[in-house]
Amino acid sequence: MVAPQTGAATIGAINIRGVKKTFTHQDGSIIEALSNVDLSVAAGEFITLIGPSGCGKSTLLRAIAGLHPVDAGELTLDGEPITGPAAERGLVFQDPLLFPWLNIHDNVAFGLKARHLYREHKAEVGQFLKLVGLETFGKSYPHQLSGGMQQRAALARALVNQPSVLLLDEPLGALDAFTRMNMQDEIIRIWQERKTTMIMVTHDVDEAVYLADRVVVMCPRPARIEEIISVKRERPRARSHPDFLQLRGKLLKILDFGGQEREPEYRI
Amino acid sequence: MNLFITKTMRYLATAWAAVKELRRVKLWWVPMTIGIAILLELLLSNHDSQPATKYAYYRYLVFIALAFFLTLAVGAKFFPRWREKLLHISAFYTAVFLALNIYHLATQKFGLLPALFFPSPGRILEALVVDFRYLIVDCLGSSAKLLAWGYFTGAIAGFFTGIAVGFNKTAAYWVNPLTRIIGPIPPTAWIPIVLVAFPTTFSGGAFLIALAVWFPAAVMTGSGIANVPNAYFEVSSTLGASRWRQIFYVGIPAAMPSIFIGLFTGTCSSFITLMTAEMLGVKNGIGWYVNWQREMLSYANVYAGLIIIAITFYLLITLLFRLRDVVLVWQKGVIKW
Ligand SMILES: Nc1ncnc2c1ncn2[C@@H]1O[C@H](COP(=O)(O)OP(=O)(O)OP(=O)(O)O)[C@@H](O)[C@H]1O
Ligand SMILES: [Mg+2]
Repeated sequence: MVAPQTGAATIGAINIRGVKKTFTHQDGSIIEALSNVDLSVAAGEFITLIGPSGCGKSTLLRAIAGLHPVDAGELTLDGEPITGPAAERGLVFQDPLLFPWLNIHDNVAFGLKARHLYREHKAEVGQFLKLVGLETFGKSYPHQLSGGMQQRAALARALVNQPSVLLLDEPLGALDAFTRMNMQDEIIRIWQERKTTMIMVTHDVDEAVYLADRVVVMCPRPARIEEIISVKRERPRARSHPDFLQLRGKLLKILDFGGQEREPEYRI
Repeated sequence: MNLFITKTMRYLATAWAAVKELRRVKLWWVPMTIGIAILLELLLSNHDSQPATKYAYYRYLVFIALAFFLTLAVGAKFFPRWREKLLHISAFYTAVFLALNIYHLATQKFGLLPALFFPSPGRILEALVVDFRYLIVDCLGSSAKLLAWGYFTGAIAGFFTGIAVGFNKTAAYWVNPLTRIIGPIPPTAWIPIVLVAFPTTFSGGAFLIALAVWFPAAVMTGSGIANVPNAYFEVSSTLGASRWRQIFYVGIPAAMPSIFIGLFTGTCSSFITLMTAEMLGVKNGIGWYVNWQREMLSYANVYAGLIIIAITFYLLITLLFRLRDVVLVWQKGVIKW
């Protein structure tokens, strides 16, 4: 693998100011997917994005990726306005979306080939396949892989490009609990090694707290950022640390899943 | 009465046993069928409505077939793979030789069909052998040249039309109405115009065939590309793919299944157009040969020509199927047509 960078990350700072995005549906109704979103992400920061379904998380990620123009506001990466998609902002979609006509190796190699870097960086394809545990599946076609394996291949495909910002839209949603925890640790490892700025959408409160420097909570109608919670814990983190339990409770409360306030009687 | 029933029962049992025995010797069905055909050929005298042939071509054929299938049946004892294959094709070739035998009996032996229009297998074989060089080198060669020119021109033009229509809105605006108006007209309907508008019948014929391939190739390529999920283009753009790369490395491969359907349709209509063009205007080629022999009332040669046509088109379509299987290995559980 490429030698880990030392020191703090210098590239990958994202600034989002007053971003609005509306969709007009076939029946003429107007959906406000993002209404006035502000967010600054420092270079090399790990952000997790959490919120109920349909609150605009994917839309925000796609806007950062440059996949659709926003109606108002501005997005910048290291001070440069984001105008369209580029390899510096990698995106792992909610669905794996592997190219079915390419085998797994060629799927992962796609970005390198597109950027004419394949000749020099050929070996990295194998390394990233190994990283996601698919080194023996290079010759297989996507339909021959399980959903979780496909999602891991999609992750490798984005990682091999070594973007300065990696946008992850529930990349681990399809994985079983053990693979999931493994992949979380791998993502942390890659993040620490590469100093990549990470913005990851998740539906899992534990995952959000375990991974993030800051957890961004979004809420629907109006779709905006409700709260940002810093998780100031050293890494590697202990998954069952009591502080996490507390943070978890706080998040659930913001999301309106706090339950009753009183102490449960069933103490163990 | 009771005796009658017992007797019938016994007959039925014997017949059933015979059938079961037949199933057991499936490997020998084809040689047995051919053997019967040979016996009938040797024992029955020819009907005099069918003109005599110089050589006994039918006998050569059945003896060669017998030798071939006997070798297979004996070889099947030693090679399990042969056995498997032979067991698979046994029923089919039994039916083939049965049908051939029945036709042989109906024409050569009993003269049940008008000899002019239904030549015996021996006479068809004679026509094939006598005209073989002419059929293959001159007729088929000329047809192949015409077909190749027309087919590749049409397929390439259709492919690029489809790409333009699939990726470019302006191209779609101008070209789509054109394909919708010109496309459904059967290419052969242009023959009267094409024959006078083109300097040679060859160029005219090639143009008609190109037209026949162009339409389905263009439509299926265009709609194939239009139906590629946008998400694939989005993924490739976040991976740093240029517009050009998105067209050639995402859009076209994703549209390949649809493009192949267009090519198959185009191939079939190119065959029809080739035959019609040769029968109506072009003065050589296998279609012209068939038509010419028909006018001369030598139907044995007509059948010989048809056999060559059938084999050629079968081989071409098989080739296209093979090509598709290679190009579309990545397709899973899709209905293979
Ligand atoms: N392409 C689109 N066209 C029309 N409406 C859209 C489009 N994309 C998103 N929306 C609307 O925007 C809103 C936010 O969608 P988005 O996909 O961002 O939600 P999400 O937070 O990612 O949800 P989930 O957690 O279920 O993935 C939804 O109400 C959706 O209907
Ligand atoms: Mg989403």
